Amino acid sequence: MPEKHESEKNKIVSRRSFLKNTGMVTGGVVGGAVLGGLLGNPFKTETPQGDPEKKTDFHEQTPVDYSETRQFFKRKEDFDVLSMATERIFPEDEHGPGAIGLGVPYFIDKQLAGPWGINADDYMKRPFLTPELNQLPQVPLNRADIFILGVRMLNEVSKTDYGDAFYNLEEERQIEILQAFESGEVKMNKVSSAFFFGLLRQSTLEGAYSDPMYGGNKNMEGWKMKEFPGAQMSYTNVVEEEEFLLIDPVSLKGHH
Amino acid sequence: MVTKLPKVDVVTVGVGWAGGIVAAELSKAGYQVVGLERGGEKATEDFLHAHDHLKYEQRQEVMQKLTNNTITIRNNLQMTALPVRSEMNYTIGTGVGGGGSHWAAQTHRYFPYDFEIRSKTIERYGGEKIPKDMTIQDWGITYDELEPYYDKFEKMAGISGEEDPLAAKRSNPYPNPPLKRTPAMKLFHDAAEKLGYHPYVIPGGNMSQTYTNPDGETLNACHYCSFCSGNGCEIGAKSDPVVTVVPTALKTGNFELRTYAYVKRVIYDGDKATGVLYVDTQTGEEFEQPAELVALTSFTLNNVRLLLLSNIGVPYNPETGEGVIGKNYTDHHNYLGATGFFNEEKFNLYVGSGILGETFSDFVADNFDHSDVDFIHGGQVEIRQLGLSPIVNNNVPSGTPMWGKEFKKQSLFYFNRTPLVMTQKASLPWKQHYLDLDPTYNDDHGDPLLRVTLDYTDQDRNLNKFLTGKCAEVLKEMGADIIEEHVMPDHFSGAANSEHSGGGAIMGADPETSALNNYLQMWDMNNLFVCGSNAFPHFGAANPTLTMGALTYRATEGMIKYLQEGDGLLVKAKSTKQNS
Repeated sequence: MPEKHESEKNKIVSRRSFLKNTGMVTGGVVGGAVLGGLLGNPFKTETPQGDPEKKTDFHEQTPVDYSETRQFFKRKEDFDVLSMATERIFPEDEHGPGAIGLGVPYFIDKQLAGPWGINADDYMKRPFLTPELNQLPQVPLNRADIFILGVRMLNEVSKTDYGDAFYNLEEERQIEILQAFESGEVKMNKVSSAFFFGLLRQSTLEGAYSDPMYGGNKNMEGWKMKEFPGAQMSYTNVVEEEEFLLIDPVSLKGHH
Repeated sequence: MVTKLPKVDVVTVGVGWAGGIVAAELSKAGYQVVGLERGGEKATEDFLHAHDHLKYEQRQEVMQKLTNNTITIRNNLQMTALPVRSEMNYTIGTGVGGGGSHWAAQTHRYFPYDFEIRSKTIERYGGEKIPKDMTIQDWGITYDELEPYYDKFEKMAGISGEEDPLAAKRSNPYPNPPLKRTPAMKLFHDAAEKLGYHPYVIPGGNMSQTYTNPDGETLNACHYCSFCSGNGCEIGAKSDPVVTVVPTALKTGNFELRTYAYVKRVIYDGDKATGVLYVDTQTGEEFEQPAELVALTSFTLNNVRLLLLSNIGVPYNPETGEGVIGKNYTDHHNYLGATGFFNEEKFNLYVGSGILGETFSDFVADNFDHSDVDFIHGGQVEIRQLGLSPIVNNNVPSGTPMWGKEFKKQSLFYFNRTPLVMTQKASLPWKQHYLDLDPTYNDDHGDPLLRVTLDYTDQDRNLNKFLTGKCAEVLKEMGADIIEEHVMPDHFSGAANSEHSGGGAIMGADPETSALNNYLQMWDMNNLFVCGSNAFPHFGAANPTLTMGALTYRATEGMIKYLQEGDGLLVKAKSTKQNS
């Protein structure tokens, strides 16, 4: 989107002048001691997490991220289908990483392994009857069951129609199959393919934009692409600012 | 096995705004009050780690879980009501503070027209203006009678605000100046003014400065951090029962707060309430709490359900229009407007607070001539700057796919280029819209869920179209490049993203057509007061808390009078027959 980058130039200048005017330095966070007076300093400027390839001064090797291990999905095949489906929903492009690069598949895996996966906070008592008019969905399965059924059906349709696993198909084929799920054309047992797709889309966006502590939005790249500053504590000095301010995001890890 | 506890003067069912106000006023007056709260306690420290959209907005951390209790919904008498199942589709606060912790904190007063809606509509337009089966009725109180209690709530809650140029007379200015204006708000202001409207900064319970209320509770200045509506405030800059009326009650020494206490029934003997039956939700133990006076102070829907479960008052019959419990149910959740896409300008839309915004009242109540429009009452046009959650705010021009490459590109581009312009509009009652107990679905105690019967009407559709048109007009004047008006769904779904439900146990002058008098005292049970938006005969254009809180402050004067003078109704019943 070249026109966007053009218009960004002015904004970057504005941001610099803002920081200069407020006596703050770049690289830190707009906020901190200046804005967060009441809380003392609620920020600890985060250690830059940028390039995972880059070796630190302290260790000769990149630390292993043990949290990126499947908790919920028992079969790797299911997880690989899920991963590719999320990538098609939120693809890598010139703006930045896609769902896989952001850790979205692991985010969804963790969510499904917890209370959200078993609909712990939802009313799940029977009977489950068919909605009329605009009544809300009545689905007897929990989200964990729906994801398993859904990703297996994605793969089954791929193999039946195109003779290969979903993640091996060309991008165009993958998109067509997901569109068929979105429209509810694909018949699934006990739940509609449209309902599964809605859940898949919602959880992909949640994974892209939730606090990185949940396993997605890796290095806050989702927030950076969206120019969202994350879990800031105060905007008192920004609220009346006329120009758009691009503020480095902070996560909850940056809080006390 | 039910353990009977020592009798107290007053027991409240729920400790949110209504329960907190009752607890504060009655305990200050020297009465022994017990507050029963189904959820846990809360403190501002709980929210220091709460700048988390997944946990608070998506997973509804501070809301009632639906695991055990929800509502069922149908659009008409012929349909089978089905439960609202997903936590994401239902927002009702729980725990100390209740809805008063997670509220956005907007506090507009209702207009004089609201309180005398039937009389004033007939007076100006004739009786034929009111459609058949629209059951609007006068409230049994006037704006002037309620004004001192509006003032009292505003001072307690430290309301920051600017006077609405079109509003009725106030006895005092707001206790705090309005919040700061963002560039988007200024743009809205100038556009609205150019169009001849009367914009002003939205008033509410986000503090524009440090403030100490008349009870001695101090609130801090708002940081515009954006994690406000749906969250609690970690610095006590949002008025919340947790930092106002609850500590006020506790410091008298006359108030005992019991958490995890879920009230199942009001107990009574003849036409006198004797107390309540509650269960400790952590142990399952049951207790009877006897009291001289019982105040139902939980959410609208729970107040009405408790009356129905306790078999108090005459249940409403939608076929005949007779009976009062469940009558005039209204739903206010249909917040639509228009989306304006700005290609050239970007706004700091991540900045926000629950009330941050501007609005105008030119189309509220009877502030304009309704002779040529096909609806009654109206709504306010607002720009709101809540602080955008990146998870749910993915505005793209229509025609754009909702996922994939183009969606990503457009949703990133427009994230900070689509300020929210929306309406809140009045919801008027109908003969066929009501609350009763569901015949199929139960909670874990075996008690039936509350059933809602409601659908959108031509009144809603016509009013919505009129107001979304005004939103588009303002956005055009603001300079939006693409403007898309929101279209109302054909039918009400039951989904609720805030706690704006009204009616079901309404106030009025006549026991034939109302459950409560204007002290929120049950006509049929003099020592039972039902405090909540359940008392609203219709839902005005704006948010309910201020009017609910003002009515509750007035009700506490009635409670004190009742306890001082003993048995009796505080208001003489009138026969109005206004709905016949």
